[in-house]
Amino acid sequence: MCLAIPGKVVEATDLGFSRIAKVQFGGITRQVSLDFVPETQPGDYVLVHVGFAISRISPEEAERTYELLRQIQEADELAPEEPL
Amino acid sequence: MKYLDEYRDADITRALAARIRARVTRPWVLMEICGGQTHTLMRYGLPDLLPPEVELVHGPGCPVCVAPLEFVDRAIEIASRPGVIFVSYGDMLRVPGSQSDLFRVRAAGGDVRMAYSPLEAVKLAQEYPTRQVVFFGIGFETTAPANAMAVWHAKRLGLTNFSMLVSHVLVPPAVRLLLGSPVNRVQGFIAPGHVCTIMGHREYQALSTEFHVPIVIGGFEPVDLLEAIAMLVDQLEDGRAQLENQYSRSVTREGNIPAQKLMEEVFEITDRKWRGIGMIPLSGHRFREEYAAYDAERIFGAQEIHVEEPAECISALVLQGLKKPVDCTAFGTRCTPEQPLGAPMVSSEGACAAYYAYRRHTAPEASA
Ligand code: SF4
Repeated sequence: MCLAIPGKVVEATDLGFSRIAKVQFGGITRQVSLDFVPETQPGDYVLVHVGFAISRISPEEAERTYELLRQIQEADELAPEEPL
Repeated sequence: MKYLDEYRDADITRALAARIRARVTRPWVLMEICGGQTHTLMRYGLPDLLPPEVELVHGPGCPVCVAPLEFVDRAIEIASRPGVIFVSYGDMLRVPGSQSDLFRVRAAGGDVRMAYSPLEAVKLAQEYPTRQVVFFGIGFETTAPANAMAVWHAKRLGLTNFSMLVSHVLVPPAVRLLLGSPVNRVQGFIAPGHVCTIMGHREYQALSTEFHVPIVIGGFEPVDLLEAIAMLVDQLEDGRAQLENQYSRSVTREGNIPAQKLMEEVFEITDRKWRGIGMIPLSGHRFREEYAAYDAERIFGAQEIHVEEPAECISALVLQGLKKPVDCTAFGTRCTPEQPLGAPMVSSEGACAAYYAYRRHTAPEASA
């Protein structure tokens, strides 16, 4: 129910009372309301839930997580094989 | 796809599980609150990767599951009326009421439609000015702003044939109920990342401080969940009890302010009954007086019905993490997703349905 998926904003239009975007999810493009993240620009990634963008994905935060995960993965590869 | 595939990486998942195994020294009971997270855990078999010390119990975070039986009956009754176009998120269509479900209403000639977004219902109301369009507004804080926006647009457009049957529930009061229970076993929580995307840290910070319990806001992919579990285990092993945010690519401290504002503009907080749990004070939404014209309960007349849940169903215990689905004598036999007896079997995000779908049928002795 609370499913929200990331997509890339390819186009944003102001309708006066509302701001809408074309958002790409893999191969599919859908119309999405930007009412809750009005500062969104084309090129941004947003999380979309029931037709509404609910957040702009922060590239800096995502990068920090990747860095951390890469470290964990490397540490694991260096660790001796442990018996399960 | 970007921001998705990386978080399903099998090597990172394995590495995180190894880190948890290396860290854990004692048994810990953790709860993921949200049904979407339960679904991911089961789908990717994550509990099997964890050391035996880490026990995961599943929370009440499935709005479809906790919508009370009488509320589903109410929806069915409205949907059956001539002239009504009843619009619902797909999840809700096959949820059984006490007698029927929305699919059967449709089979019997009712105009029941499935929508991806509540805005589709607003559009229908514009297209069919002589019909009453009723939207089934269920959901947590993640969905409530979208439903509020649909109402706001209906008002802006001056629509008089659009209304909403609202059954929103709020997460923190349910967590407070669990934590306050004398039989609570949960020592650390994964908070729902999309609810927190809207609501921010504040309420979960308060719960963590009040009950001195570690809470980590977590995402929905396998890597997100294992990282959140690793963060909880770190806290518990260190003797810390803080609010931490694993899902920082989406969740900010203050949350989504425009969404919070609109939700508060249209709805106010009220007591709500949760299927399988009972009445929880101040745990849901109802329309504010200014928006009463869009309240389907008022338009179609309120109705007090009381329906008993099947006695065999232990969903109250399952939804509070006190029992596992496989502890239920009806699991997989008298209760299946096709013929659900209780709340957590009706939606794919309910714990019983997630166990069933991913074949965790390790019921001790199914008394068929
Ligand atoms: S398996 Fe069915 S009857 Fe048993 S607790 Fe789950 S929903 Fe209720």
